[in-house]
Amino acid sequence: MTPGLLIFIILGIIAVAAAVAMILSRNTVYAALFLILNFLSIAVIYLILGAPFIALAQIAVYAGAIMVLVLFVIMLLGTHQLDPREPLKWQRPLAILLALALIVQGVYALVMRYGFKATALAANPELVDPKNLGLVLYQKFSLPFEITSVILLVAAIGAVVLTQKEKKDGGI
Amino acid sequence: MFPVIFPIILAVILFCLGFVGVLVRKNAIVILMSLELMFNAANLVFITFANYYQNLDGQVFVIFVMVTAAAEVAVGLALIVDIFRAKKSISIDEMHSLKG
Repeated sequence: MTPGLLIFIILGIIAVAAAVAMILSRNTVYAALFLILNFLSIAVIYLILGAPFIALAQIAVYAGAIMVLVLFVIMLLGTHQLDPREPLKWQRPLAILLALALIVQGVYALVMRYGFKATALAANPELVDPKNLGLVLYQKFSLPFEITSVILLVAAIGAVVLTQKEKKDGGI
Repeated sequence: MFPVIFPIILAVILFCLGFVGVLVRKNAIVILMSLELMFNAANLVFITFANYYQNLDGQVFVIFVMVTAAAEVAVGLALIVDIFRAKKSISIDEMHSLKG
C-alpha cells in the first residue's frame, strides 16, 4: 500500500463520515461545521491529485467564504435549533435504500468502464503549476470567464434586491 | 499511486449522500448545504479526470463550478432570509404558497 493510497483512504473515510454526520445532525451549526470538515478533506485529496491551486481555492472559497455566509445566516435567523420534528416515517428508509441502489449502480457502471487498471498519476509539474492553469483559463476559456463575471454581478444584485425591506409605496 | 476509480467511487458516494440530504431534510439551509456537497462530488470527478487525462480543462471547469456555487448560495440564502421574514420558519413544508 503506497502512502498516497493510505492518505486517500483515511481522507475518504473522514469525508464520508462528515457528510453522513452533516445529514443526520439536528443542529444546523453542527451540520455546517461537518460540511467544512468534508470540504477540507476533499481539498487534501485535490492536493494528492495534483491540483494545488484548486485545493487552496476550495479552502478559501468554499470552507471560508461560502460556509461563513451560511453560518452567518444560521446565526442571523437563530434557526439552529428550530428544525421541526420531521414527520418522515417511511420516506427516510426508502430514501436511504434508493441512495444505496444509486451508489451500487454508479460504482458498477464506473468499474465496468474504467476498472482498477487505470491509475491516477503522480503530480506532473506541467499540470501542477498554477501558471499553466491561468494560461488555459485566460486563453482557451476567456469567453466563459467573462460570462462568470456577469453571473456574479447578477447574483450580487439579486441578493441585495431580495433582502431589501419592502417599501410601502409600491417599490420593490 | 492508486487506481483512478477510488476517487470516482468516493465522489459517487458523496453525491448520493447529498441527494439523500436534499430528500430527507426539511430545513432549507441544510438542503442548500447538501447541494454544496453534490457540487463538491462533481468537482472531485473533474479533478480526478484532469489528472487521469493530464489535461487542465477539468481544473478550469472546477473554477467555474465554484463561481456558480458561490452565486447560487448568495441568492439562495437571500431567498431563505426573505422567506423567514415572511413565514417565521425555514421549513420547506411551509413553502407551499405557490401551490395551485
